[in-house]
Amino acid sequence: MKSTPAIAAAMLLVATVIAVPLFATEIPQAQRRSGYSFMTPDTQAMQNDDTANPGMLGVLDGEALWKKKTGALNKACADCHNDAQASMHGVAARYPAFDPTLGRPVTLEQRVNLCRVRHQQATPLPYESRDLLALTAFVARQSRGVPIETGADPQLAPFVAKGHDLFMQRQGQLNLGCTNCHDDNWDKHLAGSAITQAQPTGYPLYRLEWQSLGSLERRLRACMTGIRAQPFDYGAPELVELELYLMTRARGMPVETPAVRP
Amino acid sequence: MASALINVPAKAKRGDIIEIKTLMSHIMETGYRRTATGEIIPRDIITSFSCRYNGAEIFRADLFPATAANPFITFSTIATDSGKFDFEWIGDNGFSEIASASITVE
Repeated sequence: MKSTPAIAAAMLLVATVIAVPLFATEIPQAQRRSGYSFMTPDTQAMQNDDTANPGMLGVLDGEALWKKKTGALNKACADCHNDAQASMHGVAARYPAFDPTLGRPVTLEQRVNLCRVRHQQATPLPYESRDLLALTAFVARQSRGVPIETGADPQLAPFVAKGHDLFMQRQGQLNLGCTNCHDDNWDKHLAGSAITQAQPTGYPLYRLEWQSLGSLERRLRACMTGIRAQPFDYGAPELVELELYLMTRARGMPVETPAVRP
Repeated sequence: MASALINVPAKAKRGDIIEIKTLMSHIMETGYRRTATGEIIPRDIITSFSCRYNGAEIFRADLFPATAANPFITFSTIATDSGKFDFEWIGDNGFSEIASASITVE
């Protein structure tokens, strides 16, 4: 039995050698690409032209809602924030952000609803409702072209780590983690569709398949259904953490809201 | 809360072929889909679109349930005179929207 430590050491070495290729590789900074670059020229043209981009209809609706008085206090967003072009510039590039009262990160959609509850005394808008998407798209539109800087707040660090863990975690009946497609196979195709890098640069975005605007959470839930996992509920802390990690992963890439995707 | 996006060149030379692009906000519910409980979601679509150029109709289209949400309609015409384009969308449940754009022809 004197050879046991040697065998154990050898097995450990073998295990390490085998395990290394199983770890997903992160996408090098220089190779990061927006989902935009995977689209056909026709779809790119649709996103480029503000009079052809159907996401702009949501932005227009959002602009009207921004000025509309609502809630028990009869206040509009504009009554506190004034001109969104100035006050909301760069805001979406920092979300999800830490909310000190709740002690956890909140998405831009959740921030809109928190603002409604806390400062307008209005009812929160349902997730994926037309009005919530419109307001979020309008706010995020003001950051178009601004480099994403989510995660600069050190209080977010544990939540980013949790989101990263979830990104790497295999789940569902197909036993796939996000990373298996979006880090390791983003240059390949899945049934004719490009597997993209999962850089969430343009949310809320107009997806042609949905025929409407949709949030990143909708996209993530659709992905989870695709790998036959039980999707998290809208607003679930896990989804927010995943969204947070994805945004920090895309740090430095410009905001495209409202993007168009196929 | 309907809104339209119109793209008409602000200026054109007489005789030029110009492209007109219109995007109208509409869900275009086909009438063939069902809810989770099996009831049919009633049809709600735009049925007709027209464009008049200084009062004269230059383009008309009938729309059907296969048209995607937020119909994007583009067509071209010849710039003859300065003036106004009037667009009109008519649909189910009394849907009726108008928009206009002007052009200067030199």
